[in-house]
Amino acid sequence: MRRSHPAAIGTAAGVGPDNGETRPRQHVLDLDDFLTGEIASVLENTHAMKEVLKRDIKKVPTLRGRVVVTLFYEASTRTRISFEEAGKVLSADVINMSASGSSVEKGESLLNTGLTLQAMGVDILVIRHPHAGAPNFLARHLPRVSVINAGDGLHAHPTQALLDLFTVQEKLGCLAGLKVVIVGDVLHSRVARSAMWGFAKMGANVTLCGPGTLLPADLLRPQGRLPADHCLASVKVDTNLDRAIQGADVVMALRLQSERQNGGFLPSIREYIRRWQVTESRLTSAKPNALVMHPGPMNEGIEISSGLAHGGSSVIEEQVTNGVAVRMALLYQVSVSHGIIDTPIARR
Amino acid sequence: MTETVLIQGPRIIDASQGLDVVGDLLIKDGKIFSVGNTLATDDIPEDCWILSGKGLVACAGFIDLHCHLREPGFEYKETIATGTRAAARGGFTSLCCMPNTDPAIDNAAVVEFIQRRAAAEGVVRVFPIGCVTRERQGKALAEMAELASAGVVAFSDDGDPVYDDNLMRLALAYSQDLGLPIINHCQERSLSRGGVMAEGWVATRLGLPGIPAAAEEAMIARDISLAELTGGRLHVAHLSTSGSIALVRQAKARGIPVTAEVCPHHLTITDRWALGGKDSSNDVAGPRSYDTFTKVYPPLRSQHDLDALVEALAEGVIDCVATDHAPHDLASKQVTYQDASFGISVLETALGSLMQLVHQNRLSLSTLIDRLTVGPAGILGPDFAALSTLKVGTPADIVLFDPNQEWRVDPREFASKGRNTPLEGTTLKGRVVATLVGGQIVFGGSALTEQVS
Repeated sequence: MRRSHPAAIGTAAGVGPDNGETRPRQHVLDLDDFLTGEIASVLENTHAMKEVLKRDIKKVPTLRGRVVVTLFYEASTRTRISFEEAGKVLSADVINMSASGSSVEKGESLLNTGLTLQAMGVDILVIRHPHAGAPNFLARHLPRVSVINAGDGLHAHPTQALLDLFTVQEKLGCLAGLKVVIVGDVLHSRVARSAMWGFAKMGANVTLCGPGTLLPADLLRPQGRLPADHCLASVKVDTNLDRAIQGADVVMALRLQSERQNGGFLPSIREYIRRWQVTESRLTSAKPNALVMHPGPMNEGIEISSGLAHGGSSVIEEQVTNGVAVRMALLYQVSVSHGIIDTPIARR
Repeated sequence: MTETVLIQGPRIIDASQGLDVVGDLLIKDGKIFSVGNTLATDDIPEDCWILSGKGLVACAGFIDLHCHLREPGFEYKETIATGTRAAARGGFTSLCCMPNTDPAIDNAAVVEFIQRRAAAEGVVRVFPIGCVTRERQGKALAEMAELASAGVVAFSDDGDPVYDDNLMRLALAYSQDLGLPIINHCQERSLSRGGVMAEGWVATRLGLPGIPAAAEEAMIARDISLAELTGGRLHVAHLSTSGSIALVRQAKARGIPVTAEVCPHHLTITDRWALGGKDSSNDVAGPRSYDTFTKVYPPLRSQHDLDALVEALAEGVIDCVATDHAPHDLASKQVTYQDASFGISVLETALGSLMQLVHQNRLSLSTLIDRLTVGPAGILGPDFAALSTLKVGTPADIVLFDPNQEWRVDPREFASKGRNTPLEGTTLKGRVVATLVGGQIVFGGSALTEQVS
């Protein structure tokens, strides 16, 4: 039987002071509305889920009989398979939908598609869409469905940020106080945005680094700065990687899309490589046990050198493994919170 | 219209004469017969319709320099019938309608069509604006002299700017002897490409491509130079940034014939509404974020821009308020932010939202009335002076409103087909009670009582 927490209906989560507590959560749209305690809770559950993935029989009955639909309007094998596996390991019935290009880009069928799925009794809808705000749009119009954002335009990619947080925490312990440098096309990166929120909320110091043309202009300008107590107030911006990487605990390289050069943002890929590629030699300025991360897929030799991508500091493969575990934890957490399942699983 | 109407005891504010007095307003034969005197009961004419103006404000009917009536071509969004009814409910007695219809208003036939439709179906005065370029394609000049003869009051390619610099120069030079302004929708194409909201912190937060202020300012700077070069009259449509204000102020100081308008939404709503809804202190995105009713061109801007616009309007650097009423069907808006059409339905909420500024003491009531009447009339030319005044003998275009009445915005009550307003569900303070065009009541008739002798 589905129970719905009154506070959870129609809200991603309530807005209020962050004192470490968690609240009912119907949707996962971005990390900006997660309390620190909620993030910590997801990371904790991820540990348990990771144990399940190490078993011979990767199956627990947690979401048995529940329907999860992945609705991907952008090509992505990685994230989609990750969600599909996460759902299936939890025994949910996972259905994958990819929409035809043109009718969906018009936006028309997005609302009707959502309403149709809701009418079919879908419990959780995982959506990736090229337009920022598409998951918010669905959350607004589908009161009976839990919406999880698998990446919307340039806006957010909360599950990626969570798996990044988990990976760093697992390797380096406490997140607070770590120096995290995110390098690349920040302007067009939803990964960077969600990671910025996630790491900042957990007390890490984030530096965004990249060419001036690929950093959000308002973050570079002094006026319109955030109030000092805003959790993003400590985020720094730097166009010089050699300077920014000093003492870094984590270096995250972002994929550089070839369209950026065609769009005139960069004079050449060669210049990008020269000034912003994450290389072994640049890494020597970071901390000795610094982690090298990448959300994937990688352009080896462009934003990251091949040596570094496959070297000892790289945790890129673990990010992928952790991605399945994090998504399992999130599917579980949203299901409990929104009354999709009744009782939490016992801690293992 | 031969009926006699008496508006009893309102506060009469006539910006054209600097008049501000409590008294009666008597209308006969569609014209203003007396202003300001309080008629004794015996002096009230027979068969006179009476409107109680107690506690209310009476002023000249508002003149809107910029609205979209969508007819011909987009009747599913609005028609002259519904748009003018919306205008009446909003206190607007004259509307200048933009030519981005289908077909566009680039020849006399379409002008005459609109004039006929307005005469048959409209309830307020409608003045078409003609295109600058043929079919609004931006390639060659439209036959401006023919359009002027047919009765257009200005030229504009609104919806788009005149992109080509030289063509804008030619348009200003050619229209000079016609004495009509060129109204430019200033938007640099490459700077604004793909943008859906103001560039800035909120756009970064929401991951939406932004339109920088420079996209508007760069073109205003160009247009001012061209106005100076040619001597043509330039009117800047929907000015929205503090940088733009500075440019216009400087141009006026140098004696260049530039005027400017501002929309009610840019004076009262910021880009934060796209993020947090009506509560602009909310910093967290959620299901209510990305409200497509906030999507408009020019985009809603920062608090800094908003404050500068209010000041500039009070000062007179911005000459008038224009609504840029842009009604849309629900299907055009009930999509993702990137796919949604630009535009807000404004006519019926304009006064209510502008009154906020009066209640906050940022704008005096008489200044507001000036910017809605005398201001636009001044830009349209001396023929319009009579429509923006309460002088005896002039046409009785009058609006009667309650400056303090609180009301909840419910678009389902709109006469406009366009229900696309971010103000839905908010409470405004200030509401139109009755509107008269040429002495005829076009809204608020239920408030009339008849004097029986």
